[in-house]
Amino acid sequence: MAEIRLQGVHKTFGKVTAVNNVTLTVRDQEFIVLLGPSGCGKTTLLRCVAGLEYPDRGRIAIDGQDVTDRPPRQRRIAMVFQSYAVFPHLTVFENVAFGLRMQKRPDDEVKQRVQAAAGLLQIGDLLDRYPAQVSGGQRQRVAVARAIVMEPAVLLMDEPLSNLDALLRLQMRAELKRLLQEIRATTIYVTHDQVEALSLGDRIAVMKDGAIIQSDTPLKVYDEPATVFVGGFIGNPPMNFLKGTLQMADGQVVVSIGGQFLRSAQGQALAAPPGFQARLGNTVLLGIRAENIQARTEPVPGALPARVLVVEPLGSHLLLTLVLERSEGVQVDSESLKVTTGADFAVEPQPPLWLLLEPAKIRWMDPQSGRAINLERV
Amino acid sequence: MRQPGSLRRRSGRLLLYGLALILSAWVLFPLFLIAFTALSPRPAVYAWPKTLVPDTFSLDTLVFFLNSHGVLSATLNSIGVALITLVLSLVIGAPAGYALARFVFPGRETFKVLILTTRAFPIVILSIPLAVTFIQWNLYDTLIAVALVHTALALPFAILVTGSIFVSVPKELEEAALTLGCNRLQAFVRVALPLALPGLAAAAIFTFVLSWNEVFAATILTLRNRTLPAHVLTVLNESPLPFRFAGGFFMIAPALVFIFVIRRYLLNLWGRVVK
Repeated sequence: MAEIRLQGVHKTFGKVTAVNNVTLTVRDQEFIVLLGPSGCGKTTLLRCVAGLEYPDRGRIAIDGQDVTDRPPRQRRIAMVFQSYAVFPHLTVFENVAFGLRMQKRPDDEVKQRVQAAAGLLQIGDLLDRYPAQVSGGQRQRVAVARAIVMEPAVLLMDEPLSNLDALLRLQMRAELKRLLQEIRATTIYVTHDQVEALSLGDRIAVMKDGAIIQSDTPLKVYDEPATVFVGGFIGNPPMNFLKGTLQMADGQVVVSIGGQFLRSAQGQALAAPPGFQARLGNTVLLGIRAENIQARTEPVPGALPARVLVVEPLGSHLLLTLVLERSEGVQVDSESLKVTTGADFAVEPQPPLWLLLEPAKIRWMDPQSGRAINLERV
Repeated sequence: MRQPGSLRRRSGRLLLYGLALILSAWVLFPLFLIAFTALSPRPAVYAWPKTLVPDTFSLDTLVFFLNSHGVLSATLNSIGVALITLVLSLVIGAPAGYALARFVFPGRETFKVLILTTRAFPIVILSIPLAVTFIQWNLYDTLIAVALVHTALALPFAILVTGSIFVSVPKELEEAALTLGCNRLQAFVRVALPLALPGLAAAAIFTFVLSWNEVFAATILTLRNRTLPAHVLTVLNESPLPFRFAGGFFMIAPALVFIFVIRRYLLNLWGRVVK
């Protein structure tokens, strides 16, 4: 029922640009996550949609209607605050009923709807208590119940899970996902937690310095980050970036990493993607995820030699931190990289390893601009 | 078996209670003396050595005080002035405090300091020009005039205290109310105000007591419509000792009762405020 359309929204606080000219359309019933480090403007953008901040420029439309100049109460939105913002002087029941009371709904309806929402969030037996008498996790449920009882066209959530402890957060995350699939409101969800974003969103909009850098499905954002920043911010461990130089060899353009050609599993020098001739002699960044690098304990054709610095057993797998080596003991001028292996991978720190990069999973980046090199276009 | 730590804890508690007892005695003993004398028959004032428990309880002294000329009307005047002061201070002070708490505007810090500087002028210096002005405005010797001066005295505290009260009410609570269908005024009345009420009550008591006890401005600005402190001060020198004790008791009592009554309200209004 409600598409959200942001057109050139811009907001500054004094000299600080919080939201920089953001244009974004959120489809009806879509669950979009605004993801970014703290101070990237995601909360400010959310508050602009809520009507709690007034943008300096730009328009905001909900369901085809321009709401830029309307107060929050006339936008058919509901919001869950990071601090929960439950009213301490009202019982849980009256907290959830607050919005319905403002609409002067009859008592029967209020009671029935509050109980339905409380049931959904499993706080039905807390309705007579005051917020001071319930736990933090329960208070968070009260805040969510208070928002969904309004049956809003648009649900806005500002880091709703960040004040919960890790276990509760995990549990609540799954529950939220189920709940939001049920109520089907168009949802904007703000978080700085990339795991939360990946697990919850239909779409993730990654923000940095007030601007949206990439807005794609979680898988696409993960596999095909638009910039070095996105690749480094999303995923745990973050994406590896290897410096490579484009050279001519055997009549084709190949990539050299620390003096070694990137080779296929058969040992042939791998040709760089078509269109890279123009960049001959330049460096490129090869973005590759930890799980797309195979570690071998013995040399195999096409593998890059590396030395292990740290081995971290993480239960389900091992996380290795390595540096590439040109030859025994000579480190390649490159940052360390992370590789995951099976939990039973036998390895000690220090001994050499050989790394096989999965060519199809490499994301090519321009080191100057930090942007992905769009292969389709060239 | 007794834990070794328990003894230490008990002696610590003993020390704490002992100190509390001493502090209480420090405050309560003069109050007790005044109440004791005020509630004894008149000759008991001159009795020596004093007994710790009044042997005869008597309202004679108080009745004598209340029946003396001008006391009753002065009391009513005092209550009137204090109530006007209370209302004016809160009506002006609370919105100012709210604005200081919620909005960032140019000159906010300067404004805070300026509020305090109004207290830098001694009331002694202000009283004479004020008296002249009030005579010109035909306000001299009225309760309004005294209440206006008391309001001026109470306002800096009223503004800063209510400001700090509203700061302690999280802004998100009001914002949540805004997203749930309130306009700004409704959000204030339904959320910020109830949460600020204990603090506002404290500010109200403070202004009431301040006005009730203020003597200098009241003495200068009134002639016939004396407030109680002004009246007692004026007739103090030609009054007998029982009258002074009774007057003192009578002026202390309302403030004490007021604080006692409202104290419970102050401490357990919502249990505790949740952040």
